[in-house]
Amino acid sequence: MLLAVRDLTVALPIGGRLVPIVESVSFTLGAREILGIVGESGSGKSVTSLAIMGLIDVPGARISGSVRFRGRELVGLAPRAYRALRGREIAMIFQDPMTAFTPVYTVGRQIDEQIRAHQKISRSDARARTVRLLGDMGVPDPERVAGRYPHQLSGGLRQRAMIAMALSCNPALLIADEPTTALDVTVQAQILDLLRGLRRDYGSSVLLITHDMGVVAETCDRTLVLYSGLVAERGPTGALFAQPGHPYTAALLDSIPPLHGPRPARLPSIPGSPPAPAGRPAGCPFAPRCAYVHDSCAVRPPLVACGEQDVACVLPAEGRPLPPRFVAEMSA
Amino acid sequence: MVMSVLRRLGQTLFVLFGISVLVFLVFFATPGADPTARIAGRNASPETMARVRVEYGFDRPLPVQYARMMEKLFVTRDLTSYVNRGQKVVPEILEAAPVTVSLVSGAALIWVVLSVAMGVTAAALRGGWVDRGLMMLGLVGISIPVFWLGQVVNLVTQSRYHDSWLFSWVPGLGYVPLTEDPLGWFRALALPWLTLAVLFVGIYSRVLRADLVAVQSEDFMRTARAKGLSPMRVLLVHGLRTSMITFVSLFGLDFAQLVGGGALLTEVVFGLQGVGRLTYQALSNLDLPLIMATVMYSAVFVVIANAVVDMLYLFLDPRVRDGR
Ligand SMILES: Nc1ncnc2c1ncn2[C@@H]1O[C@H](COP(=O)(O)OP(=O)(O)OP(=O)(O)O)[C@@H](O)[C@H]1O
Ligand code: SF4
Ligand SMILES: [Mg+2]
Repeated sequence: MLLAVRDLTVALPIGGRLVPIVESVSFTLGAREILGIVGESGSGKSVTSLAIMGLIDVPGARISGSVRFRGRELVGLAPRAYRALRGREIAMIFQDPMTAFTPVYTVGRQIDEQIRAHQKISRSDARARTVRLLGDMGVPDPERVAGRYPHQLSGGLRQRAMIAMALSCNPALLIADEPTTALDVTVQAQILDLLRGLRRDYGSSVLLITHDMGVVAETCDRTLVLYSGLVAERGPTGALFAQPGHPYTAALLDSIPPLHGPRPARLPSIPGSPPAPAGRPAGCPFAPRCAYVHDSCAVRPPLVACGEQDVACVLPAEGRPLPPRFVAEMSA
Repeated sequence: MVMSVLRRLGQTLFVLFGISVLVFLVFFATPGADPTARIAGRNASPETMARVRVEYGFDRPLPVQYARMMEKLFVTRDLTSYVNRGQKVVPEILEAAPVTVSLVSGAALIWVVLSVAMGVTAAALRGGWVDRGLMMLGLVGISIPVFWLGQVVNLVTQSRYHDSWLFSWVPGLGYVPLTEDPLGWFRALALPWLTLAVLFVGIYSRVLRADLVAVQSEDFMRTARAKGLSPMRVLLVHGLRTSMITFVSLFGLDFAQLVGGGALLTEVVFGLQGVGRLTYQALSNLDLPLIMATVMYSAVFVVIANAVVDMLYLFLDPRVRDGR
């Protein structure tokens, strides 16, 4: 197992007290696997990934649980050891490629910098590698692009450069935090293609963070659904799409526009909004918005197996799981 | 690039022209006051008055008067003072300028080096006692009046402890030209430099620390950390380099106003005959030719400094280079 996260809890100080933003999140990621983490805005996707990267630098933050990467415990790892890992074995790409590059240096220089931070290699060798990487990422005229400043490139090119930078040291794990959200649809498809190709060409595993169920369906082997900092459901993407076990997952699936056929006039959206981390209810966090809410939901439901998935809902255990969905055209 | 430099140069000349017209109008074309009488002196004979009037063109239309004034300022350079009759104004400024430039450049070097060191250290050790101590020190520096500080420095180094080993090297007040005696120049200016720099060390270190802390939350800083760079490298190569853009614009303004005469108090305490003091004298004597000349001098400096800052921007920020 490449990455095994168990009971990861990240508590940040808000208004003078520690509030668990992410609570008891567990999942595993195998070699060459793509795991999707989905959830609405504020569900703790970024916090989870930053915790894995050891990049939570809020003073007073507390991270507990276990993150094992290649058998090595990362929670509590010394900063120096973490630094050697970051960028080399675990790399990350961010949502907005415009602001993710330092504006005053050329893209090539920033990629060279990462290579040279981890390997003793000459400037010109680093640049040669940079140019090759950019070319591999489908950047036309990579030599010229390497000499350009971030603002001189289009969003798609910048994100390709970002991915090239992340891959520059051949990381075993790539964390992509909403890599396509800031891009237009065609470019989005190209970048997803690129990510899918990584496991073949680079042998990398990918943790793909998104709030787009469509992206998950097209890209991910397995899926983790987060709701308000808690795991709502996790399992193989196909099974999860065919028969979601959690009402929240089902609601998310209902909100995907169909790929084929007539578009409905309005997509059903989930009424209400998720609770803030500080105001999470004691029972099931989804209860205020759930159509199936009943008395036993007042106790926080543990993750239980349901089909191929694990689901944090009382319904399967009570013998009335959600009905399967028609997914004939969904599986891409 | 060349085009934008040229365009900037054109703007600079235009601004200077505007300032000179304005200053001329304010001081020499005020209705009801006849500058001829003042230039010619109190008990001047009618012949002298007539000669001055012709020489300065006060009997001709305003544009001619303006042109004459500029000619006397920049071409023949024989504009004479009202107060010290016969004293040529332009050489006086040319003599005062090196004093001020020496004073301000040295102080600027000190305050840039110290404030960068303090700001970076404080930002790197954010929240700790070193940070708090340095920022308190900065606040103290900001709140000490430079005139008072200068007096105290003089009291200590010129009289009270002058004979101790610590301060026996301090020469008497006044300026020593660099070309005559470099070591003497350095000794004469060392304390004025430090005194003038104190305020700016305070301001700049606090501004830089705030900028560095603010830049920490930028996406690109997170990227830099995600690349596995050391905290120092992230702070200096990515944070400081980006924060330098505001630092430089602040510096350009302060440097220009100081060279243009803003270092008056320091010049007075340390007995340096610089531009600030000259401007002060001109203003208190209502010495119009000297005022005209010093204001033009300051304007030239402020405008040049602005142009230099703009060039530095081009160099520091590629986004500006592309005109975005
Ligand atoms: N530094 C912080 N201090 C306090 N609260 C924070 C901090 N960072 C994040 N949070 C809170 O943690 C919660 C989860 O944030 P996170 O950024 O992980 O959400 P997300 O799932 O990535 O959302 P999005 O889709 O908008 O990126 C949010 O409620 C947010 O307000
Ligand atoms: S536990 Fe209850 S409230 Fe929560 S999702 Fe299941 S049915 Fe809905
Ligand atoms: Mg996020």
